Amino acid sequence: MTVKKIRIALAGNPNVGKSVIFNALTGGRQHVGNWPGKTVEKKEGTLKYKNHSFKVIDLPGTYSLTAYSIDEIVARDYLVEEKPDVVIHVVDSTNLERNLYLTIQLIELGAKVILALNMSDLAEKKGLRIDERHISRLLGIPVIKTVATKEKGVKKLLDKAIKLAGETKESKRKVLTYGKELEEHIEELRDCISKKLELPFGYTPKWTALKLLENDKEVIKKLKGVKNSAHVLKKARETRVHLQDVFGEDVDSSIADARYGLIAGLIKESVKKPAVNRISMSDQIDKVVTNKYLGIPIFLLAMFLMFQLTFEVSAPFMELIDEFFGWLAQTASASIPAGWLSSLVSDGIISGVGSVLIFIPPIFILFLIIALLEDSGYMARAAFIMDKLMHKIGLHGKSFIPMILGFGCNVPAIMATRTLSNRKDRLLTILINPFMSCGARLPVYILFAAAFFPNNQGLVVFSLYILGMMVAIIMGLILSRTLLKGLSAPFVMELPPYRVPTIKGALIHMWERGSLFLRKAGTIIFAAVVLVWALSSFPAGVEYGAQESYLGQVGTAIAPVFGPLGFGDWRASVALMTGFVAKEIVIGTFGTIYGVEEGGLEAALQQHFTPLSAYSFLVFVLLYVPCMAVIAVIKRETNSWKWPLFTAAYTTAVAWIVAFIVYQGGLLLGFV
Amino acid sequence: MEVEMEMTLDKLKPKQKGKILSSKGSGDVHRRLLEMGLVKGAVVEVEKVAPLGDPIEVKVKGYHLSLRKEEAAKLAVELL
Repeated sequence: MTVKKIRIALAGNPNVGKSVIFNALTGGRQHVGNWPGKTVEKKEGTLKYKNHSFKVIDLPGTYSLTAYSIDEIVARDYLVEEKPDVVIHVVDSTNLERNLYLTIQLIELGAKVILALNMSDLAEKKGLRIDERHISRLLGIPVIKTVATKEKGVKKLLDKAIKLAGETKESKRKVLTYGKELEEHIEELRDCISKKLELPFGYTPKWTALKLLENDKEVIKKLKGVKNSAHVLKKARETRVHLQDVFGEDVDSSIADARYGLIAGLIKESVKKPAVNRISMSDQIDKVVTNKYLGIPIFLLAMFLMFQLTFEVSAPFMELIDEFFGWLAQTASASIPAGWLSSLVSDGIISGVGSVLIFIPPIFILFLIIALLEDSGYMARAAFIMDKLMHKIGLHGKSFIPMILGFGCNVPAIMATRTLSNRKDRLLTILINPFMSCGARLPVYILFAAAFFPNNQGLVVFSLYILGMMVAIIMGLILSRTLLKGLSAPFVMELPPYRVPTIKGALIHMWERGSLFLRKAGTIIFAAVVLVWALSSFPAGVEYGAQESYLGQVGTAIAPVFGPLGFGDWRASVALMTGFVAKEIVIGTFGTIYGVEEGGLEAALQQHFTPLSAYSFLVFVLLYVPCMAVIAVIKRETNSWKWPLFTAAYTTAVAWIVAFIVYQGGLLLGFV
Repeated sequence: MEVEMEMTLDKLKPKQKGKILSSKGSGDVHRRLLEMGLVKGAVVEVEKVAPLGDPIEVKVKGYHLSLRKEEAAKLAVELL
């Protein structure tokens, strides 16, 4: 018997346990990547069952298949263009009505759908009696009850998938009818399409007609490239206007009404609800958590705990990693004869690997916490609570968490923007995140504050954090009104019931993120470290980071640019350039160049800076190009070099302007 | 002469219920609201207002949905 690979796509709303089913099906045999050319995550897995091999694709969680978000476009394009053998639609049994809206669209798409009534145990607990056979008869598709967290029903899904994939005859799937008037126009348009057009990507004429009446931008865009489509598109526009006149409402409303009408009928016939609706545990929890008075304090406490756990728990591990690589570098340089090879191994390669691995503890811990918050349902509440504030600066409620995390480290903070589904909100949050002053900048502030403002150290450091936030807000406002205009997302968001998250799911989630960082961003960080090493060590024979090294030469050349900011000295330029590796390295570089140990650094700095130029320098350190780990992670998250390069350029420009204002303004006001 | 204020979803108070009469919006937001179940005839109950006064949380079709007042203002409702 030939073994054929069966391709299964998993579709479903967010928060229905789709990824739990995916994990139950594929176990550890998963691969996480990106959809080609998109920033949307693609999860694939394989499995063998009863002599068949399966490839399972986890589509992004969506509520619908219109071209509303990039997730929906990705999911739909895959279903329409790649035509998986079977689509398993995972639905939340406790919330069938809204979930079935997607089922109807999947059936309309012509997909071979299996309906997985997930969380059927929770539905039973709520007193819902669901007749899955009746639903199956009404929709003409197989329906199976599952409890993904207990792996119940998962085998049955595979049995059905094997059977369905083998079926060649026309399916008995029922087709939704939209009422006489609407249906007549859909048919008219369908006939016109099948006569005139060679449809691309396996679109069916009826589906295309429906999408045109829905004024679906993506379908229209794709049809524009097809011969003779102008006539069809014009006819579709006219039909839309006509229908609007007939019904007194737009076609979108009529279509949605018809779909929900069908669902209401189906639910009435096949689901028995308990007579009295008990107040659920989830509602009880929510009464406290999003309470008018308690909501914000609880949220702030949650943020504080997340921040503390991420950075405090990881701190000793980070120190260990740091010490280990420091020791390794020393050992290496001691055992290799002095020279550029020894330096390459210890200062280049070992410190390069070290600066990648140092991020592992905070990233893994953070993503474990984020997974727990998301799976428990709290993340949506956090967005609900913060949305008003964030909306004022052109952001989304969900942007708040990444912004706060930026105070710890911008790398995991930028990775945390994955919870934002809208591209504009996500990009904006990524672009202004570097202004949130991360932990690595703090040692620089502390050193300078101690050297120049011994009586106001706290105030100086605090002012820099505030300045960073203000610049982030101002740039958020500017960017959302210019570069990232008109792509904003409305805040129409489900507040899913609170659930106890599964540890397994959270751990898998953590592992995916962490390993992704290592694979993708790690190589870039490593390359940058080696590059900076090479620039500091050559031409051969120069001392590390000396004025004669390439780095020193570049520093000397660009130093005049910083003259108006008060630190036009080549040493400052070199320190800033090495700060690109990691901001705290600025201190080490000053130590090396001045040829002093840490204790003598303050005195050496006092000779080269005035209090005003020192403050101006700190402002520049706060705002200029984020470290290369951030650049690498922006490249990874936006899937292009455009945005990381833009970030590097615009943050540095902003830093120059603000430091200029601070220094020149300070001079005018009589400070020195 | 009687001036009748049109009732919209954003004006409902917590624990009040309304039936959706029409949706005035257009474009993507409008379509999203429809998809999430805010169709004509649907019964909506306002659960609460966020601590900062916006957005609101409603119950519709058996689940909880949050939306901003500016979006809720586009939905005409009949107070039940």
